[in-house]
Amino acid sequence: MIISELKPLEDLQQALAEFSRLFLVGCAACATACKAGGEEEVFKLQEWLLEQGKDVTGSVIIDEACHLMRASRDLRHYKLAVLEADALVVLACGSGVQAISANVDKRVVGGLNSLFLGNVRRYGHYEEMCSLCGDCILNETAGICPVTTCAKGLLNGPCGGMEDGHCEVDPEIECAWRLIYERLQKQQRQGVFARRVPPKNWSRRRKPGRYRLKNGGR
Amino acid sequence: MSLLSEQLADGRFVVTAEIAPPKGTNLGQAFDEARKLVGVTAVNITDNQGANMRLSSLALAARLQQSGIETILQLTCRDRNRMALQSDLLGAASFGIENLLLLSGDHSKFGDQPDARPVFDLDSVQLLEMTAGLMAGVDMVGKPLDGAPQFFPGAAANPAAEPFELMFRKVAKKVDSGARFFQTQAVFDRRVLERFSAAMQPLAVPVIAGVLLVRSGKMARFLNDNIPGVQVPGDLVERLDRASDPMAEGVAIARETVSCARELCQGVHLMTLGQEDQIPAILA
Repeated sequence: MIISELKPLEDLQQALAEFSRLFLVGCAACATACKAGGEEEVFKLQEWLLEQGKDVTGSVIIDEACHLMRASRDLRHYKLAVLEADALVVLACGSGVQAISANVDKRVVGGLNSLFLGNVRRYGHYEEMCSLCGDCILNETAGICPVTTCAKGLLNGPCGGMEDGHCEVDPEIECAWRLIYERLQKQQRQGVFARRVPPKNWSRRRKPGRYRLKNGGR
Repeated sequence: MSLLSEQLADGRFVVTAEIAPPKGTNLGQAFDEARKLVGVTAVNITDNQGANMRLSSLALAARLQQSGIETILQLTCRDRNRMALQSDLLGAASFGIENLLLLSGDHSKFGDQPDARPVFDLDSVQLLEMTAGLMAGVDMVGKPLDGAPQFFPGAAANPAAEPFELMFRKVAKKVDSGARFFQTQAVFDRRVLERFSAAMQPLAVPVIAGVLLVRSGKMARFLNDNIPGVQVPGDLVERLDRASDPMAEGVAIARETVSCARELCQGVHLMTLGQEDQIPAILA
């Protein structure tokens, strides 16, 4: 899921300074799961805004705020409340914020910072394991992504900063290449060490990404 | 052919040192330091070392090279994508720079501009391979070059890294990709050098052992805490702490490493960090 966190309140205060009536939008998908933009957080935001002397004209938790059509449909149900507001505050990832912006003419204020595509370690602990690079090497690296979990994204082994199998950037973190090496050894195969991995094809990650199912998904 | 490649080919024990470009445009000190380097075959020009922004290593190397001082241009993958690396290498060749030390580079986090986006479009193995391609007259996409550069590409290794076998897998990839010599991270322990040079033996690529002048126990602790890949062993830190003249003790420690290297390696790379006047004593 997309991991996101509430922006610092001072930043929000500044972003909302010119508005007095606000409509709040949360997201029932990722932002709910990582406790950044679900029912509870939207309610807390509402309380905080009231403390700041603002009016809240209404709120909605959209099933998946990133779904452009669904965001449009759900907002239509709250047409009046949206109309009454000076601006919308969106507690969703950057995709969610843009789906809302695309559907209303009003000013839209994003309340979260989107961080990364995260795995859940345990409740409230998220780790980035995939960076959506479009050119996946996992089958050779024993299912551990060096593009993401090596701080430098190296493809041919550890850098000179590996100390006792740990990362130079964060000594708390085990070197991705050590983990890859150990798991390949357990599996008794060479994997990525059998060849010199050529430079990555970053054209697979050209922005903005576009993808369409072939035959319209049929 | 560069002096460095000739001397290594002749089996002579080489000495290299290093100079950091200034933070600014004043090259006076760099030239002074370079001229003070006696008995040194070639001098490494560091590339935004420790991820601290400095004048470009290519510019200083070019200037020194043109004044008759042989350089080893350090080039990292941290600050340039593949296009910039290729064009900088061609530029280096146009200045007569032949010796290269091709590195991944310390992470931007360690330097004075930690908010910079680290590039790492290539890694050091891919950089070596690309360099071999340029030398063969083609760029990374196979397009022919009008004039192919002549380089003597080197790579780095950290002999003390653990797990050793994992580190060495990468060293072997670097050799396969065209590394013609290695300069190592600072080494302090004879056993570390023994193990590394034994593993290097079958690859038949010369090793220039890194020797770092540690001036005090305080400096040793700083290195251990802040410099990736450098670990001064506890007994040496103690020796420096106890010494009445820590600088002399540091020189003595460096001299011991040099004498190990004379036995086990093909040269030493002296990292004296501003104490270039101690080089004759270290080599004595």
